[in-house]
Amino acid sequence: MESMGRVTPSTLSTKDLPWQILWNKEKCTLCGGCTAVCPVRAIDLGVHRKRSLQVPVGLETKPGNLFSIYHGIDQRTDPAHACVGCGMCTMVCPNGAIAPLHSEGIDKLRFHVNQGGEPRRRGGRRNNPDSVLDKIKFIRISMLTDPALDAGRHEFELRTLLGRVLPPEEMLKVSRENGWMPPVREIYPLVIGSMSFGALSPNMWEGLQMGVAYLNEELGMPVRVCTGEGGCPPRLLKSRFLKYVILQIASGYFGWDEIIHSLPQMKEDPCAIEIKYGQGAKPGDGGLLMWYKVNKLIAAIRGVPQGISLPSPPTHQTKYSIEEAVAKMIQSMSMAWGFRVPVYPKISATSTAMAVLNNLTRNPYAAGLAIDGEDGGTGAAYNVSMDHMGHPIASNLRDAYLTLVKLGKQNEIPLFAGGGIGKNGNLAANAAALIMLGASGVQTGKYIMQAAAGCLGSEGDRCNVCNVGVCPKGITSQDPRLDRRLDPEQVAQRVVDLYLSFDTELKKIVAPLGRSTSLPIGMSDALGINDADAAERLNIKYVL
Amino acid sequence: MCRLFAVTSNDPLSPMMALNALNVMKEGHDGSGVGLFLTDLGGEFEKFKNEPILSGIFSNDGIKALDRFMIDLDFMVKYKLSFRPTKPTPSGTPKRDNYVIRVYEYPAEWEGLSQEEIQFRLMMVQLQLREMGEKDKSMLIFSFWPDVIMIKEVGDPLTVAEYLGLDRKELSARTILSQGRQNTNYSIDIYACHPFFIQGMSTMTNGENTAFVPIREFLMSRNFPGYAGYQSDSEVFTHILHYMQNKLGMGMEMYKHIITPLKDDELVRHPDGKMLRNLKQSCRPLIIDGPNCVIGCLPDKTMFMVQDSKKLRPGVVGGRPGIFAFSSEMCGLDAAIPERDINLDDQPMRYETVIIRRARQEIEKWNQWDALPHLH
Repeated sequence: MESMGRVTPSTLSTKDLPWQILWNKEKCTLCGGCTAVCPVRAIDLGVHRKRSLQVPVGLETKPGNLFSIYHGIDQRTDPAHACVGCGMCTMVCPNGAIAPLHSEGIDKLRFHVNQGGEPRRRGGRRNNPDSVLDKIKFIRISMLTDPALDAGRHEFELRTLLGRVLPPEEMLKVSRENGWMPPVREIYPLVIGSMSFGALSPNMWEGLQMGVAYLNEELGMPVRVCTGEGGCPPRLLKSRFLKYVILQIASGYFGWDEIIHSLPQMKEDPCAIEIKYGQGAKPGDGGLLMWYKVNKLIAAIRGVPQGISLPSPPTHQTKYSIEEAVAKMIQSMSMAWGFRVPVYPKISATSTAMAVLNNLTRNPYAAGLAIDGEDGGTGAAYNVSMDHMGHPIASNLRDAYLTLVKLGKQNEIPLFAGGGIGKNGNLAANAAALIMLGASGVQTGKYIMQAAAGCLGSEGDRCNVCNVGVCPKGITSQDPRLDRRLDPEQVAQRVVDLYLSFDTELKKIVAPLGRSTSLPIGMSDALGINDADAAERLNIKYVL
Repeated sequence: MCRLFAVTSNDPLSPMMALNALNVMKEGHDGSGVGLFLTDLGGEFEKFKNEPILSGIFSNDGIKALDRFMIDLDFMVKYKLSFRPTKPTPSGTPKRDNYVIRVYEYPAEWEGLSQEEIQFRLMMVQLQLREMGEKDKSMLIFSFWPDVIMIKEVGDPLTVAEYLGLDRKELSARTILSQGRQNTNYSIDIYACHPFFIQGMSTMTNGENTAFVPIREFLMSRNFPGYAGYQSDSEVFTHILHYMQNKLGMGMEMYKHIITPLKDDELVRHPDGKMLRNLKQSCRPLIIDGPNCVIGCLPDKTMFMVQDSKKLRPGVVGGRPGIFAFSSEMCGLDAAIPERDINLDDQPMRYETVIIRRARQEIEKWNQWDALPHLH
């Protein structure tokens, strides 16, 4: 133990941390709940010595000291135990005696989170609340010449297509000749983005799957969920619910041994196969599941040993060119399911996205393209990747759509946009903006975690400990003691809630634009923004 | 809102008949413009059934440029009907030098060309002239096609008709589309005036097409030079029709299936659901959302009326064997053909297409729920 009073370069005061714990001695019952629940052990039970000066009246008795002790909490200040602001202490405190408060200034912790030469890794998001999508307004409101529709009473058909859609001439030719018609799925335009079994706790995964099944089977909403790179539980693979699932294959191929072996027992085809080439949150970097989370179950499903970190390579190692990587993989995956399942790549938003897209237009098996912008979330990544790498989704998606328009293939290759949709809570507005910029649909993960499971992450670097498996809500943990905090039934209920409310909000956006019979993909005349440069870049109206 | 009136009759009619019907509906339009599409022509033009007719408005310089251009292409004028109004222009109508309707003789070198090639070249001549005129505003070209005359102008329909003398005996047709209103939702542009024309077919529309931009993008990316213009959101209805007939080789029964396809759960119950689902997916960017009533005429002089899938605009068809009319308002139809059996009038609903063939004997109805004829 170091001697008291020693100051090292990384010695910090609570003031230097991003979050300070405010504790009220008067209200505290000393139950210890806060220290028990803290995911990073930022607070210890503390025994404090207190001196009171006793100054009696008169001269007879001399002033003296009265020493007492009181019990309370201490906030730790070493980088490994800095408060992450999750607020679980507040949640469990019976008396409201404790709360984390965000520091006003810029913290000093950020200069010291690289102890041992290891840069900061975390889960979460870019931690930047700016959003071009939030600034986009829907300005083409139908008035007297074309009365606005009634969002509550009209019939709406707000579905989209996932799959390679043949141009009309070719479709007719293929029909006449009884040729191969690429598989196309009619799905709901809001897809639950790829979050792997492993990144998410079993309870979270189960809740999502139950919610999706309910939406499909009871409410008739063809909602789809993508597995992420982590395989898929065998029971799900062999169940009829597989048709609601998009299986993801990524550069680590985790879980694919199990998937391939389950093929003969599959009752249903999966909705689609997503080949992940990139992720918006950490573009150019592979997936990462840190060792803390690789327990027995995860190891079994992924086909790996327990307790080791699982970094996927940044790219598919067996391929060396875009033609190889995209064409061969798409074809192989298509072949595995007898060309009955759409196969599409997912890439990070990047200035090179158009090269990928142009390639896909020449590949008759490519069923679409998912583009994930820099505001996407992740369960684990280097902080620098999350904060500084990547391309915003809006202009990348718009460029991709206009490229397709130029080629006349805007209906043939559906674009799915992800990354930052609903980052500030405006899920339907952000989704509608992207659809009108040209997306056939959107993918979202973080919003689902926040709304369906109560994820505490925010754009202000709150919590973000998904990577080490200590999620205080049990969403991204792999520890049964934490997982049980999350009830899968309640997650399912919230998934249904959020989809229903999204659906109503989407109608409330498209109905005033006079649209109800088809999703307004590329209806860019409906969009405006009060930023001239953004308007010019996105080719939409500048409004003040 | 636009007012639409179309008539098809075994006996040639003066365009005034249609314009009078429009006038009855005047309460509902602002009298800001008129557009006429005449085909199956009578009068003097009956003699020139196969020769292309150029319709447009020209400045004096424009006429000279036109002559030079057409002579270079070896087109010879065979017959012409020009209006050079001398009366003061009606309120709102610009002063024009020449309203031109000219019948041309085909160039000698076009002889032996396939019908398709001739039709393509006619369209290209029209587009070239339009482009020439756009530079200095010297020409406005509405059509260049055999047995078709188009007249468009800004101003009150009846006043403009009187100003231009549209009641002249040379001018008559068995099939007429007329529309009474300029595109006053936006700035005045005569190219935004209905009816729209491409390669022998024409449509006019009531209402605002809210899905205009994606449809325009789809059509413009088909690499067909005729899919251009789009000063009005309604022009796409004509081009979708053209695309369906000329590019996809489909009949009129498929128009509704393209612009207002059945819902996904309805397709499950349709006898041709599988094919229609594929069509819906492939033609997804052509789906309209209304509110629109579309009235049109095909190259074989079949007239039709369809509604958007919410049926948000009025539209009625009625008449008797020999003469039928399509009107956006009942009063227009009453004024035009009062002596019909009103019990046989038809107001097409969300699934229906109403057709009057050239024989003009009956109102044919096509319902989207019907099995498709050509597949069996």
